[in-house]
Amino acid sequence: MHTGFLLLALLTLASAGAAMCLRNLVHCALCVAISFVSLAALFLTLDAEFVGFAQILVYVGAVAILIVIAILLTRDISGHGQSLVFKPWTLGVGVGALVAGSLVSAVTSSAFTHRELPPAPAATVRQLGESLMTTYVVPLEIIGLLLTAALLGAVLLARRENEGGGRS
Amino acid sequence: MSTALDQLFVNLKHWVVSRFPADWQLPVGMLISAGAIIVVFASLFAITVLAERKGLGRIQNRPGPNRVGPFGLLQPLADFLKMLTKENIIPQAADGLIYFLAPTLVILPTLLSFSVLPMGRNMTAVDVDAGLLFFFAVGASVELAVFMAGWASRNKFALLGAMRAIAQMICYELPLILSTVAVVMVAGSLSLSGIVDHQAGYYGGWLARWHVFTPWGLAGFLLFMTAATAESNRAPFDLPEGESEIIAGHLIEYSGFKYALFFMGEYFGMMAVSGLGITLFLGGWRPPFAGLEWVPTYLWFFGKLGVCIAVFIWVRGTLPRLRADQLMNFAWKFMLPLTLINLLGAAAWHYTADWSFLGATPARWLLGATLLGAPYLALSRRLFGGHGIGPRTYRFAT
Repeated sequence: MHTGFLLLALLTLASAGAAMCLRNLVHCALCVAISFVSLAALFLTLDAEFVGFAQILVYVGAVAILIVIAILLTRDISGHGQSLVFKPWTLGVGVGALVAGSLVSAVTSSAFTHRELPPAPAATVRQLGESLMTTYVVPLEIIGLLLTAALLGAVLLARRENEGGGRS
Repeated sequence: MSTALDQLFVNLKHWVVSRFPADWQLPVGMLISAGAIIVVFASLFAITVLAERKGLGRIQNRPGPNRVGPFGLLQPLADFLKMLTKENIIPQAADGLIYFLAPTLVILPTLLSFSVLPMGRNMTAVDVDAGLLFFFAVGASVELAVFMAGWASRNKFALLGAMRAIAQMICYELPLILSTVAVVMVAGSLSLSGIVDHQAGYYGGWLARWHVFTPWGLAGFLLFMTAATAESNRAPFDLPEGESEIIAGHLIEYSGFKYALFFMGEYFGMMAVSGLGITLFLGGWRPPFAGLEWVPTYLWFFGKLGVCIAVFIWVRGTLPRLRADQLMNFAWKFMLPLTLINLLGAAAWHYTADWSFLGATPARWLLGATLLGAPYLALSRRLFGGHGIGPRTYRFAT
């Protein structure tokens, strides 16, 4: 289990790093997809079946495709023009290190790490569904409303170009 | 006797696994299951291709392959050798690694999705608690593989075909998943073997309690199979390949064995999604009538699979291809509303289950039929331009 975690963590980090460093934008997007998959595998090693499968379904099946299509709409995919790396890179690394350091110090100093871990609850899909439909039904409905509004907005935006063109 | 025959393969696997030391038993068991899936479905693929070519030939009034072996039965072998020995042409501008990875990534998810299908009593390779979700999760990664194929080929037609294929897959994934939600709702389980168990028992002591024998199940099955046809890029939804206009779409730059892998992936996808349809609506490995339990359960599963594939071939030989705009309209304005209404139909059937007055079952069927039939008629009339009930008029290109 430990080596599995290490391998998956390495894969996640390496593919995320590659996604930032590679010149070709489509390669970057595919690397992001790899890191999504290895994150899902990490969830699976934690016995979180539902989250792992949903991660693949939503992130690889939808988000990665969205990223890829957005990239195809940009002009220069292959990155021949200029380097994607931000020029004064010491500045970038410095800011990154600062953020990472503050996060790590916050986590290590919190009471969370000193607490005894409770036994892992065996969360089945049924329990997830039941709590979504009872305790968390209001947030669920609000998210549903928000997504519907976003969908309608997208349809409206797409329709405007077609105005005066008769039936679409 | 019949139980021994039914559990033949299960017992065989147990016997082989028990020969190994305890540490090895788990990996060996997995290897056996994976090997069995690959061998069985690869040979089924060969049989399907032959049956398809023969069947299409029959429909189009020509003999079909009849030169290799008796009645052309050895044609798959000849095709296989041809594919294997063909020159593998890689376009100069192609993106080597991605071009190479795409065909394997098309095959892999479909093979994985076979692993959760219950193909007989105790014959599920991996019985996951959220099996249905697993099936759709691995299926979703095919889209990325199609994009990789289209983009890495560095060909306008390939990219165009890939975009068409992705758009179609995303559009039809919605009705596909929503039509299965009704089953999950009624069965109360995401586990595929749990859904098969929910279809145990018989109506009136003779007719199996398959989901397809309910109004919502019948509608759901038809919607599911339509969406499945589109999802696996089969005719009449085969416009991503559209060989008359965009010359095989994302497959255009692939040759030799890589092309064969795509071809195989398409057929595997069709079989996997038919297997899911069988599991969800046609009772999985359960017999249709009481008194037929003596037939081994895997024969029922593969028999139903054969029937589904035959219907796919029949549809391909019968219906003309849709246009891109018809495809989108059909998905969003017809399939999606109907699948949503079907959820209501499933709920109505579920909550009228305790009706016990005389003629309760016909009344429930009438309720379900009106709940689904009225929107069906309204939507189909609106979509194809006609208004009201009457003979349809068709417009053809002149």
